[in-house]
Amino acid sequence: MSLLDVRDLTTEFRTEQGWHKAVSDVSFTLDPGEILGLVGESGCGKSTAAYSVMKLLGANARIAAGEAWLGGENLLAMNDDALRKLRGDRLSMIFQDPATALDPAITVGEQVMETVREHLGLDRRAARARALELFRQVGISDPERRLNAYPHQFSGGMAQRIALAIAISCNPEMLIADEPTTALDVTIQAQILRLIKTLLVNERRSAVLLITHDLGVVAQICDRVAVMYAGRIVEVGDVQSVFADPLHPYTRALLHALPTHEVARGALATIEGRVPGLTDRPGGCSFHPRCPHARPICATELPPRVRPSPGREVSCVLHAADG
Amino acid sequence: MTADFLQPGRSAGLLRRIYRRSPPAIIGGGLLVVLAFAAVAAPWLTPYAPETMDFNAPLAGPSASHPFGTDNFGRDVLSRVLHGYRVSLAVAIGSVAMALVVAIPLGLVAGYYQRWLDNVIMRPMDVIMAFPAIVLVVAMAGFFGQGLVLMMLALAIVYVPIIVRVMRGAALGVAGELFVEGARARGASDLRIMVRHVLPNAITPVFVQASVLMGIAILLEAALSFIGLGVEPPTPSLGLMLAEGRSFMGRAPWLVIAPGLAIVLAVLGFNLLGNGLPALYGPRRGR
Repeated sequence: MSLLDVRDLTTEFRTEQGWHKAVSDVSFTLDPGEILGLVGESGCGKSTAAYSVMKLLGANARIAAGEAWLGGENLLAMNDDALRKLRGDRLSMIFQDPATALDPAITVGEQVMETVREHLGLDRRAARARALELFRQVGISDPERRLNAYPHQFSGGMAQRIALAIAISCNPEMLIADEPTTALDVTIQAQILRLIKTLLVNERRSAVLLITHDLGVVAQICDRVAVMYAGRIVEVGDVQSVFADPLHPYTRALLHALPTHEVARGALATIEGRVPGLTDRPGGCSFHPRCPHARPICATELPPRVRPSPGREVSCVLHAADG
Repeated sequence: MTADFLQPGRSAGLLRRIYRRSPPAIIGGGLLVVLAFAAVAAPWLTPYAPETMDFNAPLAGPSASHPFGTDNFGRDVLSRVLHGYRVSLAVAIGSVAMALVVAIPLGLVAGYYQRWLDNVIMRPMDVIMAFPAIVLVVAMAGFFGQGLVLMMLALAIVYVPIIVRVMRGAALGVAGELFVEGARARGASDLRIMVRHVLPNAITPVFVQASVLMGIAILLEAALSFIGLGVEPPTPSLGLMLAEGRSFMGRAPWLVIAPGLAIVLAVLGFNLLGNGLPALYGPRRGR
């Protein structure tokens, strides 16, 4: 049985013209010890989908439909206080820019201790000991001294390690990582990804929902990948088969746009057109204006969700049984 | 970058480091410390009690025994100025402290929760703000009656909306920061986020405003006492001294120069401190 089961999640944002769907009918599952990559271009709704699961949405957003089952509980139907107790404990999160995700006015040690005291009910001494242990686990040297330092005294990579220490402090069942390495340079990026894999998956059997626009990151550590376009998941599958044999035209175009060593001299491949905005998403399949295989039906009808092989799912008429 | 002088283990040379970061803060702060000390130690600093009259020396000019001369009753002006500071500083600190106690929670809640709570808190503040401060204070002095505590209360009521606005604006900005979202993602409660994460990051402009308002409080106290709505004689007050000395201004200018100068120094001190505080705290850390 899955750890997290998200079904038909629809999240809307308020604009001047009314409510618009940022995320439409998104469903996915996550097993313990699994890393699922949620990929897509900026504005495709991947972050919104993840934040919706933790109900961390601003006042201008609402969850219009859907369920998110964690164990036997529907997160989306929980009251705020019960959900608050889950956050940081069973569900935790790290963000894109670690430097601004930590409170600049408080020492990092206090911020770690705050979380473990809240959820594990430790006293100051025990919380401090736990913070020290966590700092060692995420590879921070001289942890006694670093506990008393402020966030600005750390580099981006170090700050992300601290954010990770806080995120794993209560042994979460699931981590949502929102572009955790986008703000870091490539060598640090690899270190952080390795840490996520070791600390969450190997040591804790936790599930990780990794939001990224970087297919390289997906290839590095994800087990499965869900590709999002304009608020919908267009294709899901295990990383190897999706990369080897992309089914959806959008996934194909994305993979095609990855720079390789062979074409490094030529112009980079792009996808013609642009991502539709929140208020001007086309009817039918949202990708049809940019799709080389578009048919008249694509403009009018939502593509069917097809399972061409076990574990794989694609929403496109090309793969419909009669297509 | 940080206020690194705040870090532990480096208390020596603290004043010099503050001075290097913010000369106005240390000059203003130093001036106020001297004035406050003079006010508190007034009975021991001057040989005369402020009410002691010397009918042999009315309106005596500055001399060795009376550095600022004497008034029409032969009372020592220096002694009265220093005792007058007690009233001024008490009003300044008391009124702002009262206002802060009420205004900080209100502004914090309005800026953090926003939406309807923001309106519920801010619209009444706008109503109070619509009245000119001095008119409001005069009206309240007439309504509540006179006296030190009542004057503090009147000023506090004028100050509350001003501080609420500053606190709300700063809290509003900080509430949108990613680390607030981060704290929420770690399961911190709203109360905890407000007190522990939003307040410390948003309080600096409130301190600045508080310092400036203390300076204004000294002016308002003097103004109220001057027009007879403040402290009552024979309590020495800078405003009362100005009012009483006015009639003798031609013959004994020290009667108005001394309290006038005293007011200038105190207000200058608070304004310098207010100007210097932001440089001490920030540009916000981590930026």
